[in-house]
Amino acid sequence: MGYRLGVDVGGTFTDLLLFNGDTGAFWRHKTPSTPHDSSEGILNGVNAICADARINANEIEFFLHGTTVATNAVLEGKGARVGLITTEGYRHIMQIARSFVPGGLAAWIIWPKPQPLAALEDTVTIKGRMNAAGEEVRPIDDEDIKGALTTLKAQGVEAITVSLINAYTNGAHEKRVGELARGIMQDVPISLSHEVLPEMQEYERTLTTVANAAVRPVVGKYVSNLREKLAIAGMAGKLSLLRSDGGLMSAQKAEEQPVNILMSGPAGGVTGALWVGKNAGIKNILTLDVGGTSTDVALIENLEPRRQRTTEVGHLSVRASALDVKTVGAGGGSIAYVPELTKALRVGPQSAGAVPGPVAYGKGGELPTVTDANVVLGYLPENLLGGSFKLDREGAKKAVQTIADALGIDLMAAARGIIDIVNENMFGALRMISVQQGYDPRHFALMGFGGAGPLHVNAVARLMGSWPAISPVSPGVLCALGDATTRMRTETARSYSKLASQTKADDLIALLDEMATQTRGELMADGVPEADIVSEFEVDVRYAGQAFEVPLTITPDVLRNDGIEGILKRFDEEHLRLFTFNMETPHEIVNLRAVALGKALDLPAIELPKGDGNPIAAKMRDHTLWMDGKEQPAVIYDRSKLRQGDVIPGPAIVVEMDSTTLIETGCVAKVDAVGNILISLA
Amino acid sequence: MPATIVQTNTTPFAKIDIDPVTLDIIENALRNARIEMDATLVRTAMSPGIREQGDAFPLIADHTGKMIVGQFGSFIGGFLDGFDGTLEDGDMIFLSDPYSCDGAISHSNDWLILLPIFKDGRLIAYTAMFGHMSDIGGKVVGSMPINARSIFEEGVRIPPVKIWKKGEYNDDLMKLVMHQTRKPDWCQADLNALIASCRVAARRVVEMAERFGDDVYVSATQELLARNHRAMKALIGMAIAEEPVSFEDYICDDGMGYGPYKIKCTMWREGEKVVLDFSGTDPQSVASINFFLNENMFKMFFGIYMIMVFDPQILFNDGFYDLIDVRIPEGSLLKPKFPAALSGRTHALGRIFDILGGLLGQKTPEFLNAAGFSSSPHLFYSGNDKKGEWFQLFQIGFGGIPGRPLGDGPDGHSLWPGFTNVPNEFLERYFPLMIERYETEPDSGGAGLHRGGNGIRMTYRFLSPGTISIHDDRWFVPPWGVNGGEPGQRARKILEKADGSEIIVGNKVEDVEVAEGDQLHFITWGGGGWGDPLDRDPALVGKEITQGLVSAEGAKAYGVVANDNGVVDGAATEALRSSMKASRGALSLFNYGPGIDALRASCEAETGLAAPIQPVWQTAEAAE
Repeated sequence: MGYRLGVDVGGTFTDLLLFNGDTGAFWRHKTPSTPHDSSEGILNGVNAICADARINANEIEFFLHGTTVATNAVLEGKGARVGLITTEGYRHIMQIARSFVPGGLAAWIIWPKPQPLAALEDTVTIKGRMNAAGEEVRPIDDEDIKGALTTLKAQGVEAITVSLINAYTNGAHEKRVGELARGIMQDVPISLSHEVLPEMQEYERTLTTVANAAVRPVVGKYVSNLREKLAIAGMAGKLSLLRSDGGLMSAQKAEEQPVNILMSGPAGGVTGALWVGKNAGIKNILTLDVGGTSTDVALIENLEPRRQRTTEVGHLSVRASALDVKTVGAGGGSIAYVPELTKALRVGPQSAGAVPGPVAYGKGGELPTVTDANVVLGYLPENLLGGSFKLDREGAKKAVQTIADALGIDLMAAARGIIDIVNENMFGALRMISVQQGYDPRHFALMGFGGAGPLHVNAVARLMGSWPAISPVSPGVLCALGDATTRMRTETARSYSKLASQTKADDLIALLDEMATQTRGELMADGVPEADIVSEFEVDVRYAGQAFEVPLTITPDVLRNDGIEGILKRFDEEHLRLFTFNMETPHEIVNLRAVALGKALDLPAIELPKGDGNPIAAKMRDHTLWMDGKEQPAVIYDRSKLRQGDVIPGPAIVVEMDSTTLIETGCVAKVDAVGNILISLA
Repeated sequence: MPATIVQTNTTPFAKIDIDPVTLDIIENALRNARIEMDATLVRTAMSPGIREQGDAFPLIADHTGKMIVGQFGSFIGGFLDGFDGTLEDGDMIFLSDPYSCDGAISHSNDWLILLPIFKDGRLIAYTAMFGHMSDIGGKVVGSMPINARSIFEEGVRIPPVKIWKKGEYNDDLMKLVMHQTRKPDWCQADLNALIASCRVAARRVVEMAERFGDDVYVSATQELLARNHRAMKALIGMAIAEEPVSFEDYICDDGMGYGPYKIKCTMWREGEKVVLDFSGTDPQSVASINFFLNENMFKMFFGIYMIMVFDPQILFNDGFYDLIDVRIPEGSLLKPKFPAALSGRTHALGRIFDILGGLLGQKTPEFLNAAGFSSSPHLFYSGNDKKGEWFQLFQIGFGGIPGRPLGDGPDGHSLWPGFTNVPNEFLERYFPLMIERYETEPDSGGAGLHRGGNGIRMTYRFLSPGTISIHDDRWFVPPWGVNGGEPGQRARKILEKADGSEIIVGNKVEDVEVAEGDQLHFITWGGGGWGDPLDRDPALVGKEITQGLVSAEGAKAYGVVANDNGVVDGAATEALRSSMKASRGALSLFNYGPGIDALRASCEAETGLAAPIQPVWQTAEAAE
């Protein structure tokens, strides 16, 4: 196995992690992102990291990449101009959406309604109708369709999407529109809803199809540009992108179905956490990825991250599988303020971002942020990024003092208050994905990463009762690590919607087989050898009439042996666990899903030299910080000098190039064999 | 006789000084608990009304019953005063009779669960949630007979009873209740969902008390109430004048041929207190459009509107209640006497928000929104499908959101929090019907600098014979515009028979028979416009023609001359605008349309329906 390079492009930094698949040795590098053309920053990073590892770029076999290019295209409305063809009577499908106004009573007064992803003037309708049973009620008319296409062509749309009512039960009408479209607009990509998402619910299916079409050209341009630049650098390895669900897909496939990489960015951290967990022997993990403006959290049970059927991007909820990552507007740059009327202390969701940034960064920020509070309290010592820039502690103090004055408390109490509130916001997000889904957080470890995760992980673990709190190796580039260490994946889903009592096991098995063939074929087309492919299946079950389905893993063999009854029994158990009751209502089998996975890589982590438990060799200096209501002596350690088995009593701070780990009073940290810092109650 | 609360530990909670950080943490945790209640409900409920549309409302209250988080404010204090029984650990109250809880729920379809939360023998908090049941029996499918003359016709009516008593489930009671409904499966699942949600909240509250200490938790809830009190006091002092302002609006009719019914509210400030006086509101109706308005609930509506209009940063709870004095005349439409029918209260409930908007904004036009909340359009369709199986559909529709200071009102969106439409493919899969059209109704939003949102035209094609019922309003009195904006268009319902003939259907009708192949065009009202329509960018008007939101004819209301392709004739537009400006009078703050008398005169010609007859009351007790 050769070199694998993981690359994660963030808003501020591009992180790279070069992994030697044979030895487990790795190199990391951080370089400023270049938003006008990300490939420049990537190329800088590739050159630097290759030099560091003393290899040529052509030795890199796999280039594995998490990117927010699709996400940003949606959020910033920079996608392609999409023409939408839908059924007569449904022209305003994207305008009405689900009629939902977020917020509570009277929130409509202040809700800015987003513009539809396919403009209304580029939405046209055609005659013809299928019913819910997939039978044609009224035929389509070729001339009518050609008229619609001609209109869209004249308007200059850059992509065509076709989403007709009930197409999920019968795609024949959509297919014909697709054929005619290819005749009229040869160069324009065409997406049909029953191919992109053969599922019930017209708005969601249409939105997903439109979103896919809107980001396609952007992703296509991005990938070809990146390919070119990398070729110039001499890299000829295989280029893959990280999917929202944590698997990899070839860059070529991502160009066709970019809807699957909408949440590629946050997925990297979770897959990185998986790799760390595997090597640290910890199977149940809650992840805490703290960035500048927001924090992402996810749940991993038995080394399997929870997934969900929807991808949330901004205000849009697209039907594509994604890791179940919840985001809160709480990060290092979150601004603290005290509203005039209530005199309450609020932190976020407004953020100082990268510019002007926290006051302590000295880039013109004036409002107190979470980072400033960390600096004031002494949790962030003044040599961030290996000492390359100095933190302005006095400026931070001045800013946090404004909060202290507004609340009538002293500076340190205000700073700690800001930290407590932001920790509480993270705690709230973690509860949503754990307690609220029926998981007991005390059975999970909490892993903090991203620039600021290791600063907060100890305190949040205390709130959750999730021990140990983990500061993984290279927490600042864990996303890139995740990109480098995950496996190929693809999946397909079908609406089924039949009562269990009317379903035969054999029918399900036949369908699952068919879906397996389809997904395995996709991976093989991406160059994965057939022998390496593993298929997995899921079936969604609910009590007929419920809106919420419980996904259950299944195999054709189990289905053959236990029958439908076996599935229902497991559903009842799961429902009882989640909601504390069962019902006598008949069961409905809602959806089927097949997943095909490439080979799981056995990438080792490199062991640290064994120490004697005493971290003194890594000690940089004595320090004071403010904790538990008083000033306390603490020690600062250099992470790169720690050895396995070192035991660090809190309060202490461990610094490295791109991250800082805080160990609180009453806690003790232990360095494991591969360099992860595991913090527990003393 | 007030409720007797049985505690095995009667030590009072100690008052503890709470630092602001702990306070915010507890508030935040309570908000999260409330979000969890919603999530639990949606996942386990079964009726489309709750699971798809979100028609349910949670709250968490302090140990005295004041709401700390929630939406509609707390009724618990009033309930406890009237509940003649004990409340102890392991009890859970279940009720649906509006007259038993001072109108905390306002029709019997809403089932309410109230769970007192005990910790170590002491009552530490309450949690409650109510949700709309799709059917509770009674004379019509869906249990909201518009023509009911008393609450006894409106299905099962549950006084406050203990569904759980000292930890023991009352199975017989539930058998009795479920025996009354046409949809026991939905009701049972929805009730389970309400109970599960309350239990989740109870667990969270106990965890919080364990984490911070019982005294800290309870003291924090008191401080949260006090903090809200201080904020609202400042806001009221700033925003509400001592000089009285009045606003009135109408419910179009009562479904029995009479209307409109006036709702009037006058507001003024006396020192730090606001008085909201509904004198001048018409007396109660003999039909079911009465809305038993709980005073506390109205305080909460008022508070939320104040906050949303003037300062959306404030989080609301019951803390400000004693700053507000709500006066509702006995025997009026808003405080009907038992046993008045209540099931059709949704129109007055909606109208209350239009009135609040009009009251609060009229002294500060820059904050004023147009009308549009107006109602919650209902459709019922039931019968036996071709396999002979019983089906019943209850759907809530949406109109247009009014023009706002912020901008245009969204087309066909929900003014109710958390509501969504039901996917039409879902309807077609599970009910014998097809939705032939689901688009916004062009020109229905009132013209304005900021256009009112369009209503929706939803066309149902029925595939099985059955009966339908419709409850809607704003078909006679249009939603008003503000600051020069025009009123929105009114609601209409048209039944197109299979032979192509059309019948105008009333907007409050019961048991209309439909045949296979019939189509119902269910058209809702648009929101009122905001600001002078002649100031709207002609290019935007032209664009909205190409979008099918405005017609070339409708563009004239903006003084814009354009063709069907949205191409604007600049010179003609300028000419039209200046002639319109010259001929119209001064723009008024509110534009109600032509007025009740003129509306009545033109009713039949414009709506195809007879004008409602002015109701006459034997006693004019609620008159001015």
